[in-house]
Amino acid sequence: MTDQDLYSGSSDTSEGRVFTVTGQDWDQIADGLAEEEGQERIVVNMGPQHPSTHGVLRLILELDGETVTEARAGIGYLHTGIEKNMEYRTWTQGVTFCTRMDYLSPFFNEATYVLGVERLLDIEDRIPEKASVMRVLLMEINRISSHLVAIATGGMELGALTVMTIGFRERELCLDLFELITGLRMNHAFFRPGGVAQDLPPGALDEIRGFVALMKKRLPEYAAFCNANPIFKGRLEGIGHLDLEGCLALGITGPVLRSTGYPWDLRKTQPYCGYETYDFDVQTWDTSDSYGRFRVRLNEMWESLRIIEQAADRLADLDGAPVMIDDKKIGWPSQLAIGSDGMGNSLDHIRHIMGESMEALIHHFKLVTEGFRVPAGQAYVPVESPRGELGAHVVSDGGTRPFRAHFRDPSFTNLQATSVMAEGGMVADVIVAIASIDPVMGGVDR
Amino acid sequence: MSEDSSDVKPEPKGPEQPATEQSPENVPAPAGEVHQVGERHGMFGVRGTGDTSGYGGLQQAIVLPGDAQRPYGGWFDEVADGLAAATRDAGLEIAAPRVVIHRGEITFHLRREDLLPVAQVLRDDERLRFELLVGVSGVNYPDDAGRELHAVYHLLSMTHNRRIRLEVTAPDGDPHVPSVVAVYPTADWHERETFDMFGIVFDGHPALTRILMPDDWPGHPQRKDYPLGGIPVEYKGGTIPPPDQRRSYN
Repeated sequence: MTDQDLYSGSSDTSEGRVFTVTGQDWDQIADGLAEEEGQERIVVNMGPQHPSTHGVLRLILELDGETVTEARAGIGYLHTGIEKNMEYRTWTQGVTFCTRMDYLSPFFNEATYVLGVERLLDIEDRIPEKASVMRVLLMEINRISSHLVAIATGGMELGALTVMTIGFRERELCLDLFELITGLRMNHAFFRPGGVAQDLPPGALDEIRGFVALMKKRLPEYAAFCNANPIFKGRLEGIGHLDLEGCLALGITGPVLRSTGYPWDLRKTQPYCGYETYDFDVQTWDTSDSYGRFRVRLNEMWESLRIIEQAADRLADLDGAPVMIDDKKIGWPSQLAIGSDGMGNSLDHIRHIMGESMEALIHHFKLVTEGFRVPAGQAYVPVESPRGELGAHVVSDGGTRPFRAHFRDPSFTNLQATSVMAEGGMVADVIVAIASIDPVMGGVDR
Repeated sequence: MSEDSSDVKPEPKGPEQPATEQSPENVPAPAGEVHQVGERHGMFGVRGTGDTSGYGGLQQAIVLPGDAQRPYGGWFDEVADGLAAATRDAGLEIAAPRVVIHRGEITFHLRREDLLPVAQVLRDDERLRFELLVGVSGVNYPDDAGRELHAVYHLLSMTHNRRIRLEVTAPDGDPHVPSVVAVYPTADWHERETFDMFGIVFDGHPALTRILMPDDWPGHPQRKDYPLGGIPVEYKGGTIPPPDQRRSYN
C-alpha cells in the first residue's frame, strides 16, 4: 500500500478510503481496514490489466469479507471499431477485419461473415465442395486450438501451470498447421466469399494426419492431469453454477449451455458447410458447473479430431478440385504462389491476365478495385464457434461494401453471466467462473 | 386434366412462358408499397471527379426486399398464424406485422409500440416458443425519412428449431424503442451496445449506459453521419489518405 496513488487522483471516489495495492502490502491494508469502524464491505476493482481476467476485462467486485456480494463486468477496453471499419472496405476485404475480432477463433469469425455474404449473393449452393471441406477442416483445428487455450489459461489461473504449458505446446501444433495452409498463424483472412483463398499446399494432408495421430497421444494427458485430480475438482466442481433456464434467459450458448445437459450444437441442429455429412457426437455434461464445461471442452476436442480425419479423407479425393466459386464476377481471380521474394500473385495468373486474356484482366481489375455488388437485403447465418453461437448480421444496400455488419459474439453475450455465476461465492471462485465462460475480449469489444 | 386429355381442346399456342416454379423471376411483383431507403448516384459511386463513364448523372433507387405474399411456404405460415392467433388470444391490439422473406429468412416488421407484447407472446406461446433472443443489432438508414434508426432482433426457437427476425424503426428525432430486457434478460448488454453505437434509447432498460465507448464520449459511432476518422499515412514518399477519403466505389 502506498500513500500516494500513482494512477488516479483522490477525487476519483466520493466515499470510503482508497487503497492502491502494489504487492507485499496485505498487512497494511488489513490494518487500514481495521481502522475503519464497521467497514466490512469493500469494493475491489480488478483489472482491466490483471493476469487472471482473461484479457482486458474489468471486474468491479463488492466484497463482504471474502464473499462476493455484487459483481459487475466493465468492458470496452479493446473496442477497435471493426464493424465501422468494415463499412469502408469491399465485401472481400471485410474478412481481413472480422478475422481479428475473436482472435482465438479467427476462422469462425470469417465463416459466419462469409456465409452471410454468400446467402445474400444467393450462391450458397455453388460453393465448391473442396472449399467447404477445407473450411470445416480449418474450423475444427481452430476449435481444438481455442479449447486448448481455454483449458490452458483456466489451468494457469488456478495455479495449474503444467496444464498451461502443455496446452500451449499443443496449440502450437495447430498454429503450425494454420501457417502451413494459410500462411499465417493468426488473422488469416483465408475464407473468402465464394470459397477459400488458396488450395492446400503439397504435403498438408500428411501433416494433418500426423497432427491427429499426435493429438490422440497428447489429449489423454489432459484427462490424466485433471479429470480426477482432487485439487482441480475441488476448485471447479459446483463453481459458476448456471442451469438451463438461466442460460436461455441470459442467451448463453456453447459449452456453458451444453454443460447443463442440453445437446444444442448448431453443427447438428442447423448445419452449415456440410456438417450434416460428418459423423460426430454432441458432447454434454450434466453438472452445469465449471467442471462440466471443462469436460465438455475436452470431449469436444476428440470429436473435432474425428471430423478432421473425415475431412482429410475427403480432401485426399478432391485433389486438384477448385476452391473458389466458378463465377468470374465474384470469385477472387488470383491464386497466390511462393516466388523467390515471398508469397504473391502467381506468375501464371499474371501471364494470363497480361498476355492472354483481356476479359481476365478486366475481371481482375474490377474485382480488386471495385469489388462485387451484393443484392440489397440482410442475412444472419450463425455458426457454432468454440464459445457458442457466433453470427454476423450482414446488411447490404446493393453496393460493393457492407452497409452494416454486426457480429453477435458469444463472448459478449456469455460474459453477462458473470454476475450470476460469481455473486454469493468466494472471491477466488470468480476467476474460475470467468475462466469457465472463456470470454475473449477481442470478440467481446470488437 | 392429365387423366383425360382427349376431351381437352389443344390450347392456342402462345409465347413460351416457363412456369413460375421453374423461373421465380416470372412471379408478378408483390403488391404493397415500394419503399426507397436511399439513392445511388453515378455508375460506380465515385464521389467528386473520377466518374468518366458517362453515367455520372445516373440515379438508382436503393430498395430493400419487398413484402411477402401468402402463402409464405414451410413453417413461415405456422409462425405467422401462430403469432396472429397468440396475440388475439392474449387480447392484444397488434397491427398486423409487415412480413419480408428474403433468402429463406423471415422478418417481421413491427410497430415499435407492439414490440414488447409481441416479444412476450413469442417467448411464451407454445406454438411459437422463441426461447432465445440471439441479439440486438442496429442499422442506420439516414435517407429512410422518418425511419432512420432500425433495431433488429434475431430470435431462436430451440423447441421448433426456427429462426425469425423482428425489426422496428424509430425516427432520428424521437429515437425511442421499448426495451425487451423484461422478457429477454440477455438483451441488457445488446441494447446498451445499440444505444452506445446508434443512440437508440431503449425505454424501460434497467441501466442504459454506454458499454463499449467511454462514458463521456460524444456522438454515436455507428451512425452513418459519424465520420470514420483516421489520418493520412506516409510511406516512402507517398501519402495514403484515410479510408473514408480514399477514392472508392460503392
